[in-house]
Amino acid sequence: MEALELARWQFGITTVYHFILVPLTIGLSILVAIMQTAWVRTGKQKWLRLTKFFGKLLLINFALGVATGIVQEFQFGMNWSEYSRYVGDVFGAPLAMEALVAFFLESTFLGVWIFGWDRLSKKVHLASVWLFAVGTNISAYFILAANSWMQHPVGAEFNPETGRAEMTDIWAVLTNSTALVAFPHVIAAAFLVAGSFVAGVAGFWLVKKTRANHGDTDLPMYRTALRFGAVTMIVAGLAVVYTGDLQAKLMFEQQPIKMAAAEGLVDTETGAPFSLFAVGDLNNDPASVRHLLAVPGLTSYLARGDFGAEVKGLNQLQEEYAAKYDPDAQYRPNLAVTYWSFRLMIGLAVFSAATALAALWLTRRGAYTDKKWFSRLAVWSIPAPFLASSFGWIFTEMGRQPFVVAPNPTGSDMVYMLTQYGVSKAASPWEVGISMAVFTLIYAILGVFWYRLIVRYAQEGAPVIEQPALDDDDAADRPLSFAY
Amino acid sequence: MNLADVWFVLIAVLWTGYLVLEGFDFGVGMLMPIVGKTSKGKRVLINTIGPVWDGNEVWLITAGGATFAAFPEWYATLFSGFYLPLLVILLALIVRAVAIEYRSKINDENWRDRWNLAIVISSWVPSILWGVAFANIVRGVPIDETATYTGGFFNLFNPFALLGGLATLAIFFSHGAIFLSLKTSGTVLDRAKPVARNASIAAVVIGALWALWLQLAYSENAWTWGALLIAAGGLLGAAWFSRVDRFGLAFTFNAAAIVGVVVLIFGSLYPDVMPSTTDAAFSLTVDNARSSQTTLVVMTWVAAIMTPVVLAYQAWTYWVFRRRLSEDHMPEHNELTFRKN
Ligand code: HDD
Ligand code: HEM
Ligand code: HEM
Repeated sequence: MEALELARWQFGITTVYHFILVPLTIGLSILVAIMQTAWVRTGKQKWLRLTKFFGKLLLINFALGVATGIVQEFQFGMNWSEYSRYVGDVFGAPLAMEALVAFFLESTFLGVWIFGWDRLSKKVHLASVWLFAVGTNISAYFILAANSWMQHPVGAEFNPETGRAEMTDIWAVLTNSTALVAFPHVIAAAFLVAGSFVAGVAGFWLVKKTRANHGDTDLPMYRTALRFGAVTMIVAGLAVVYTGDLQAKLMFEQQPIKMAAAEGLVDTETGAPFSLFAVGDLNNDPASVRHLLAVPGLTSYLARGDFGAEVKGLNQLQEEYAAKYDPDAQYRPNLAVTYWSFRLMIGLAVFSAATALAALWLTRRGAYTDKKWFSRLAVWSIPAPFLASSFGWIFTEMGRQPFVVAPNPTGSDMVYMLTQYGVSKAASPWEVGISMAVFTLIYAILGVFWYRLIVRYAQEGAPVIEQPALDDDDAADRPLSFAY
Repeated sequence: MNLADVWFVLIAVLWTGYLVLEGFDFGVGMLMPIVGKTSKGKRVLINTIGPVWDGNEVWLITAGGATFAAFPEWYATLFSGFYLPLLVILLALIVRAVAIEYRSKINDENWRDRWNLAIVISSWVPSILWGVAFANIVRGVPIDETATYTGGFFNLFNPFALLGGLATLAIFFSHGAIFLSLKTSGTVLDRAKPVARNASIAAVVIGALWALWLQLAYSENAWTWGALLIAAGGLLGAAWFSRVDRFGLAFTFNAAAIVGVVVLIFGSLYPDVMPSTTDAAFSLTVDNARSSQTTLVVMTWVAAIMTPVVLAYQAWTYWVFRRRLSEDHMPEHNELTFRKN
């Protein structure tokens, strides 16, 4: 394999991995902050226990999120140096801002939060968890602005003297229409992930405790957590669908070939249907595609909000691109990947919807549940939104191929880059190969620890909190309430 | 001074922040077996850096991001050129982050011992490699006319670079020991003090030797003798104040020494950012590696606003967690154990 292919695999593997951890951190940090706020406001012990329980799980996740994030930051220079030269002037800025504005905030106040129990006043301690949670969400904005620029370059011009894209307007970069819809979509997806996680764990415990003893004193706590998670899922799920639709409409304008691939739409059609399945080998030979179970007009609706609208097909778009850019290049993204990843992203959410509705129904009016099937469903729907998010990214990124910076149909004509020109010249295939192998291996090993710790802590249940010793005078000499 | 020069200085500032801060937490990691010794002692060590190590590491991420934004050519050439050493540094940082967070999650001696070992190794390795990397930047590496590094892997291991690696190692090691002498009490403190005294002397010798070599062989500017003096003076001061048990001052002097070293490195480079040994005409300079004016103006505003804010809240954290720790402060382990399935 060449360095290019290896670098692509490496980027794909490491970012998908990073993004398994990311949405849980983003969503759960806010949910934990809400739990702690509820405790501070109401003084109810159950909120404190839930804060500590899910807080611990959050920390286990966060550590690996940080570790894998550092790789992302360096990878652009290591594997994609030509890309970095070409876009650094524009693309580097949001990355640097992310570090300055968000990463310092989140990492510093996470430290304060972890070690600040019993050390800071309740209010300051609560503020620290919020600052941490807000930091993670701000970081998402900046990195998505960077990514959106690759999907839809704005605020930049090609400078023939330096031979690269240069920034003309940072505000345009930060308020890119693509970023403005991607951010709520990704954040909503993150809340779906975190809500499912909370509901899944709490659902498991509620059923287990109800079966063991109908009068268990922990029951109200797990019921609260379950409903909290389920409500989060429903709100987030609706937001994900709504913003996804906005994104799709935008994508039909900005990257029409990506959406045509997502629909397996071979030729331009009016009233294009949306198929649930397609057969044929989808090996980029559009002629072999056959659709099954098609919903008439739905693709047109997704694209334009009109069931009869015309949507351009792959063949026509290929010709348009070839006329405008490199005539020999293949502009159709990998059909099988885009078609299926788009459907899996959407389809996996059905699981979550079912769980959330079941949870609210079974626990209505103060009820508990001892249904084994529900416990299973709750646990099984934890991974679904994780997978949906991964497929969402795989779709977005693979659908952008063969461009690493996709041309903006209404923007500067010169600002775009084919992926093949982005790869480093200095890095040899065996260097990239080694790094890919090593990262994959070490991520696999750390992933096993991550998984086992999360399962182990989830299976232990919410900790019982001892009443802290009443303020004694030599507080300075008492052992830390939390230590590594 | 134009904005590119300002950014050259700012990037030096970010690296200084990184090396001063993560310098001591690398030192603490390296000292686990020596100063920590017992299971509880090691625990004390980890907890002295527990609340702050991640914030310290973000200085590196910011330095990387700022280089990307302000000097894209530099970022591209450096990171793709120093591929394998950077890979090793990255691996160490990955393992280290996870090890610090996971070691206490299971109450089991074997589990903790393994992660402790991982922390030690992953603190030694980058301590050496950062010196190697900076020494090579100052010394110059083969770069062709397309700003591509052509040197291969072994080119990076030359005597000057190896001594540079030893210098950062020695400085971080003593920095960590001095930090522990400030942050612990009881038996751990008793073990930290003599290490601080001896290590700071070693740091003077190795650090001064490398700085002199750098100045004589590679500096482009005479004024960097001033930086060299600050570095040497800082190291000497750290050694002296460690001797007389004034660790607050020792720490300050050591931090000043690191500032001196960074100024020496960046000052010696200027106006280059990565000199080419193939042909001086191919060197990356502040001028030919920079971003456009628009980008630099934007970034300057962001940095001017955010840096003081970050410094303020990070300083506040150090204040909140200023208390010395000893073995008596370590709570009982109440973590989970492994469960046999
Ligand atoms: C939508 C959100 C999102 C996306 C697309 C990415 N990240 Fe990320 N990243 C985060 C959201 C995030 C976060 C929520 O802020 C993290 C994740 C888990 C965590 O612990 O913090 C984080 C951690 C994290 C860190 C460590 C920060 C620290 O030490 O505190 C770095 C350096 C990066 N990321 C860099 C990147 C780069 C260069 C990406 C592009 C390829 C990237 N991330 C994609
Ligand atoms: C975290 C969520 C993300 C996921 C899961 C993800 C996924 C992927 C995948 C699967 C690829 C490989 C595509 C291919 O080779 O065909 C890829 C490539 C790439 N992505 Fe992303 N991506 C994410 C975020 C980002 C962000 C935020 C950026 C930029 C800020 C980015 C920049 C790139 C680049 C530079 C490549 C390499 C060039 C290429 O092969 O297209 N990605 N990503
Ligand atoms: C009806 C439901 C949905 C629709 C119509 C939809 C639509 C879309 C579209 C069109 C994109 C591509 C945007 C681009 O190329 O830039 C996308 C990306 C993405 N989707 Fe969805 N989506 C839906 C559900 C979901 C669900 C349930 C999740 C996860 C829980 C999810 C997570 C993502 C992620 C992480 C991305 C990549 C980031 C981005 O480009 O915004 N989506 N979605």
